Amino acid sequence: MIRRDAILFAGLGVLILALAVWLKVPTTIQLLVTASAYALIALGLNVQWGYAGLFNVGVMGFLMVGGASVVFVSYPLNDAFWSSDGPFMLLKAIIAAIAGGLLIWGVTRIPKTGSLKKVRGFLLVVAWAVAYVVYRSQIDPAAVLIEEKAGFVGGLGLHPLFGWAAGGVMAGIIAYVIGKICLGLRSDYLAIATIGISEIIRALIKNMDWLTRGTLTVSPIPWPTPLPADIAAAGMDDATMSVILARSGFLAVTVILIAVIFFFLQRAYNGPWGRMMRAIRDNHVAAGAIGKNVTKRELEIFVLGAILMGIGGAILATYVQILDPSGYQPINHTFIVWVMIIVGGAGNNWGALFGAVFIYIVWTISEPASLVLFSMISDLSEGAGIGAIPDIESRALQMRVFVLGLVITFALRYAPQGMIPERVRTDD
Amino acid sequence: MNELIFFVNKVLISGATLGSVYALGAVGVTLIFGILRFAHFAHGDMMTLGAFVAFMLVAVFQSLGIQTPLPTGFIVLPFAMAITAGLALGIDRGFYQPLRAKGVKTVTLLIASVGVTLMMQGVIRLFAGTGTRSFFENETKDLYRFKLPIEGVRRSINFSEPQILVIVTTVIAVIALHFFLTRSRLGKGMRAMADNPSLAQVSGINTAAVVRATWIIAGSLAAMAGTLLALDVILKPDLAFNILLPIFAAAVVGGLGHSYGAIAGGFLIGFAETMSVFNWAVLLRPFKAGLPDWLPNDLSIVPSEYKLTVAFVILVLVLLVRPQGIFKGAST
Repeated sequence: MIRRDAILFAGLGVLILALAVWLKVPTTIQLLVTASAYALIALGLNVQWGYAGLFNVGVMGFLMVGGASVVFVSYPLNDAFWSSDGPFMLLKAIIAAIAGGLLIWGVTRIPKTGSLKKVRGFLLVVAWAVAYVVYRSQIDPAAVLIEEKAGFVGGLGLHPLFGWAAGGVMAGIIAYVIGKICLGLRSDYLAIATIGISEIIRALIKNMDWLTRGTLTVSPIPWPTPLPADIAAAGMDDATMSVILARSGFLAVTVILIAVIFFFLQRAYNGPWGRMMRAIRDNHVAAGAIGKNVTKRELEIFVLGAILMGIGGAILATYVQILDPSGYQPINHTFIVWVMIIVGGAGNNWGALFGAVFIYIVWTISEPASLVLFSMISDLSEGAGIGAIPDIESRALQMRVFVLGLVITFALRYAPQGMIPERVRTDD
Repeated sequence: MNELIFFVNKVLISGATLGSVYALGAVGVTLIFGILRFAHFAHGDMMTLGAFVAFMLVAVFQSLGIQTPLPTGFIVLPFAMAITAGLALGIDRGFYQPLRAKGVKTVTLLIASVGVTLMMQGVIRLFAGTGTRSFFENETKDLYRFKLPIEGVRRSINFSEPQILVIVTTVIAVIALHFFLTRSRLGKGMRAMADNPSLAQVSGINTAAVVRATWIIAGSLAAMAGTLLALDVILKPDLAFNILLPIFAAAVVGGLGHSYGAIAGGFLIGFAETMSVFNWAVLLRPFKAGLPDWLPNDLSIVPSEYKLTVAFVILVLVLLVRPQGIFKGAST
């Protein structure tokens, strides 16, 4: 079995080398950097789905949270904001939000039994309404002021690695809230709930112009490693070489990060914690009966997966140096990750890694490949007198989505366990 | 009074239109869930597909020079529904049935439907591009105005032709579905299978026929919903992916697997969306003199950019308070 995996990875290496010849080296490194970010995201989803069987279709939301966090932490300070009334008004809005939260929390402490149980639901609705009105009354003028005076709040100007960490933390916090609400639902409901929440997150990030500039986009987000321009300024004359060096530097950072995370995930998977998670996944009733706190464990793993997704999302936004909320689509950011782990092999980290790189390559090259194919067909049809295919380029772009769908349906039918399936040690 | 009519136009009429479309889609989702036990993610694209089939049929009709009093997009609806139902059957045969035959878990079918939705999206955009189209390029969209015979009323209640068609067609479809489910043999078989598949099978119900009937109904309703929506708004390839989410919300709110619940859920979500973005300050305008000054001019519950998220807030609330839906669904 190990040999088969080695052959698969070797094949992947050959594929990458072939790409380096076809698409040139800088493009290939760029592809690898993005693929490595997706590998981290796929590991996160593999933790959630492969380890614990949680059907999360809201990956995009966590990626956006990661992206927005890295902007907030690492973008240079916006002096116009800090010298205006903005911070003070924002502080008032935060206090309003906390007060509202406390009010709601207070009402939830009313016991479900006893004299107040009849009005509890009503009070809860009132508390939510009051909290919402109070928060809106503070945040709306603050948002207007900030957008007028400063554009948006800007960042804190910290190193991007802090931004990545913040992305993970924020995604984890949000996952905790979502998990509190949604875990315990059966898979279809969880799927619908998570996809809905990711759409809510997208709507928020797209429309909170005071925080993220919304559709105006924020750029450039700084890199953790020197940019090509920095390397050129340091005395590198060859432009291509400085691009290669800069991108390789970025790739090195992500690869080290993945290696560390991968090591710990493998340890966790093979340890008692991993066995417990598989027990919960395979039969949560039995696991509950032997004393495992199923809801709490599922929440734990949901948060862990989301942290990895948040970091991955932060890396994606950092690499392209721009946070563009309109650029986030469920296909590019949720479903592709699902294809990665289904094809790679759910429940096996090596599989997730393989799937992420392989599917990302398939996704990238299916556009130029279809372009070549369509051009050939177009030439044929032109030769046959039917006329050329119009808009070949925009049509070829759509083939990426089609190929993705085709790959996942084929994988489900002919290799439902994935290329590198889960292997559970049974000898102990 | 003018303000009240504004409310009727903005909230009741557009809410009913939106609710009808959601209801038609949610019935399909809920029927598939009841029979096959998986949330069909490709339903939104089936709606888009139906709308594009209708669009092509309109082109054919117009090239043949057929003139109709109603919008051509509405006249071709039965044909579009038949074709989409056939395509739905084909998709089931090609992608879901082999998996069912292998006895996979239902969640695998869900993932397969994600794959199908990606393929359909790719194919639709491959042939139709990403631009928007209108059914009313060669026809006019009629607008009906109803003046109320009350003095001092300047505004009129406005219905556009597609809005009337959407609401009327939905009512007819819902009544037809009701009689099908309660009176016909196949419809009763569907309900039996939704309740208990093994018992239905040993009772001699042809479960394969029931599955086929489910896809035919779901496919034709999806085509109907998609075409009507495209008539009312506009036809674009990502039309239905955006609407898939409220439809799921409607189906869950009504109780997954419960057809009448889906209809109720559809209208509930439709009205909730229009009501939450409506500026309630408009209704207070006649009493302006008596109102305090601090009241803001905009009293909408959420800004209109967040219209789509309303469905999910309701969804989450329902999941928290009553996970089985308003009506008890097939399973939780």
